[in-house]
Amino acid sequence: MSNILSGIAYILFAPLVGGLLAGIDRKITAHMQRRKGPPLLQSFYDVFKLCSKQGISVNRVQDFYVGGFLLFVIISGIFFFTHGDILLVVFTLTLASVCLIVAAYSSNSPYSQLGAERELLQTMSYEPMLLMMSIGFYLTFGTFNLADIVSGPQIGILYMPGLFFGLCYILIIKFRKSPFDLSMSHEAHQELIKGIATEFSGRTLAMVEVAHWYENIFLLGFVYLYFVWSAPYSPLIGIAACAVVFVLEILIDNCCSRVKWQRVLTSSWLVSLVAGFVNLLVLMSLR
Amino acid sequence: MALLGLLIGIPALASLVLLVMRDDRKRGIFVKIAAAATAATAIATAITFFGSASTSFRIGSEVFTKTILVLEVVLCAVILWLTFSAKRILIGLLSIVQTALIVWFELTAGDKLHVQKDIVIDRFVIIMIVIVGVIGSTITVYALGYMKDFQKKAGSVPDRRPFFFFVMYLFLAAMFGLVLSNNLLNMYFCWEITSLSSFLLIGYTRTPEAQHNSFRALWMNLLGGAAFALAIVILGIYYGTVEITQMISIGKAGASVVLPACLLVFAGLTKAAQMPFSSWLLGAMVAPTPTSALLHSSTMVKAGVFLIIRISPVLGENQAGIMAMFVGGMTFLFASFAAISQSNGKKVLAYSTISNLGLIVCCAGIGTFEAVWTAIMLVMFHAVAKSLMFLTVGTAEHHVGSRNIESFDGLFSEMPQLAICMAVGICGMFLAPFGMLISKWAAMKAFIDSGHALLLLVLVFGSSATFFFWTKWLGKITAIVPGKRNIEGSVHKEEWFAIKGLAVLTIVVCILFPVLSAQLVVPYLHEVFHTEMQVISNDNLMIMSFMVVLLVVLPLLAFGKSHKKLVNTNLSGENMGDDLTFRGAMDVPVPVSLRNWYMTDWFGEKKMTAIGSAVCIAAIIIEFAALFGGELHV
Repeated sequence: MSNILSGIAYILFAPLVGGLLAGIDRKITAHMQRRKGPPLLQSFYDVFKLCSKQGISVNRVQDFYVGGFLLFVIISGIFFFTHGDILLVVFTLTLASVCLIVAAYSSNSPYSQLGAERELLQTMSYEPMLLMMSIGFYLTFGTFNLADIVSGPQIGILYMPGLFFGLCYILIIKFRKSPFDLSMSHEAHQELIKGIATEFSGRTLAMVEVAHWYENIFLLGFVYLYFVWSAPYSPLIGIAACAVVFVLEILIDNCCSRVKWQRVLTSSWLVSLVAGFVNLLVLMSLR
Repeated sequence: MALLGLLIGIPALASLVLLVMRDDRKRGIFVKIAAAATAATAIATAITFFGSASTSFRIGSEVFTKTILVLEVVLCAVILWLTFSAKRILIGLLSIVQTALIVWFELTAGDKLHVQKDIVIDRFVIIMIVIVGVIGSTITVYALGYMKDFQKKAGSVPDRRPFFFFVMYLFLAAMFGLVLSNNLLNMYFCWEITSLSSFLLIGYTRTPEAQHNSFRALWMNLLGGAAFALAIVILGIYYGTVEITQMISIGKAGASVVLPACLLVFAGLTKAAQMPFSSWLLGAMVAPTPTSALLHSSTMVKAGVFLIIRISPVLGENQAGIMAMFVGGMTFLFASFAAISQSNGKKVLAYSTISNLGLIVCCAGIGTFEAVWTAIMLVMFHAVAKSLMFLTVGTAEHHVGSRNIESFDGLFSEMPQLAICMAVGICGMFLAPFGMLISKWAAMKAFIDSGHALLLLVLVFGSSATFFFWTKWLGKITAIVPGKRNIEGSVHKEEWFAIKGLAVLTIVVCILFPVLSAQLVVPYLHEVFHTEMQVISNDNLMIMSFMVVLLVVLPLLAFGKSHKKLVNTNLSGENMGDDLTFRGAMDVPVPVSLRNWYMTDWFGEKKMTAIGSAVCIAAIIIEFAALFGGELHV
């Protein structure tokens, strides 16, 4: 029952918290750059404005794919917050990103397609790490089931520091932060106009935004998983950890410039191999 | 028993009739009837034997054994004649050696063998029979339409369609014989027929390239056949049996059957086109598309994995098992990488087949309940989705004029129905709630539980590569390109029947897979491993099944129903107004052309094949060396 409630809470409040996080992100970024930055609620104003624009599209199918992206992101979040299976979450997330990529391809526009290909590359870069993370939880807790993972006696981070580091590394890609924001970034200086989102406008673009808010919430949820165990006060530690990781990602974003795709692929695979796989080997020998 | 006679007899008889049938129209009718009869018999067989867990038959007829032996010698003579007339005598010698081995064995030791179960039908065999019967015969129907176009387009190729259909049906008959056989001697005979049939089909056009590739396929498969023959002789002489079931019970009772198991795994590896033998399957592309569809989905390569899965209870932590795991795993990884760099549609399909078979072989090599569950599920999903993919690519090739994925640009506008079927195939191959990913999920669990860390690594990287090349393809065909007109009208109705039928079958299999698992795969495994377990929990199976339903229903409700104002795409503000050209320097219109990303420097075919083959050859040699040398642990 509480699972269902948290699922409903996710559907209702994730966009609020996600939008707020996006606002905080812009505030912190601005302060790091000695600017004042937009109001905290600017992300919401942006989305409302997008929704009020005239509906235009480059073809009749794009909206469907973007809708699919939003839907499957929400579904994978629901699996996460109703304490389903962690692999199911990861795989549904893959399905969602396929929808977004196909939406960009369908427009047959050069900028969109370049963005889509870069998005594909990014997915290929982070996917191994996400799977290894799931494997790590399975090895530590003996299950892929999230309910058992959050209530388990082990403190995840103590067993899986390498995997945690790997997760933080690929979260740079997932949060669309520099140096890995090849396919699409929130800044105006993106060299590919707006990359994968070039041909989205109005409500469709708003859907992409909202989907990212949803996505960011349960991605932080992955971070949270490493810091909770059966102790009643552990959720506070988990939330604090999320905050630290969030600020850290913003710091990295502001310190780095965008790199070439080769660096994205090699570095994230290398991190997956060294930090992730070595950690898995240790966990396997502990079993 | 009579039903089983029909099962092999119908396609065998049909093949002979088709050899002499010269009239196009008559052949059309006859093939449809034969295909329906074959599929119906396969389904009837499945229903008849579904009730009991496992049924076995003893043929026990001296005449039958002697006939098979004579036919084997005839087969050897045919291969000799073919190789001698093409001046490839070495390949012929390979055939002489193994046939001599089998004949010598039968004549000296044959009388002492008392085979109890010539034929065993359990749930796994039922799955294979349905795959061969339904998918195989659907492909022959497709071939009717396809071969008409093929002969029209390939003017210089002599019309040998009667021969083509003869070999196709012979192939199906041999496949039925192969999956039914528990007696390795009979299985070996069918094994050799499939090798010969694939050789004949690959060389259909008789161009120098086709000749060359067909002989490569022949020698590689004969090499596997030689290992098979050797395994039979060793089993017969040292263990006194030629039955698979006997071999498994001996192995499970504690005696080591590693040597024959190693040889059989080796035979399976050649047939399943694992590295370093993957080149024969790639070379098979030169043949007309129905051949590839048949080789990749329901016959040939499936014979290889069938054998390895069959003996999987005696694999595991021994040289034979490790050989299968390692070669399969590495083939999965490097073939997936190589697929990224390919733009030729058929080649991408070939590499994806090789990599999927690698995963199946790897799982079978682990030989635990979960792993073998995964292997069998993969066999099912792969057979349906891959045959669909080949048929759609074949039809697209005839109408678009190229099998290059780059020319499938805007396929959605030119051939919408075909593009949808192709998309179903692609989704069936890799997408989240669909079959293949479920199997990967299970594979992951199996690898963790059996403690093979290296295989986990192979799986996570290999599957991300899989994601890359399939989505890239999916993107290409879903692109909406303006100014294309619909050219679907000229597709033959036989082709539509096969393609749409398989598309529906893919979706049905993806929705019903929890039932297939519970009714067919789990009972079979229960009998083999004497345990019962849930590889993926029922809840999750239901959720995924429901998501497939969602994916099918959603497009019906909302696809293409947007009423927004249509605008031009962004070509930096210089769009000429048709989305296809932009204003370049000096005011010259420049056409827009989009190419996908292949990363050849990184995932080039040559490099990947070289590394993969080297690693796999090393694995095979090390395992055999370890076997003969005694105590060398890997």
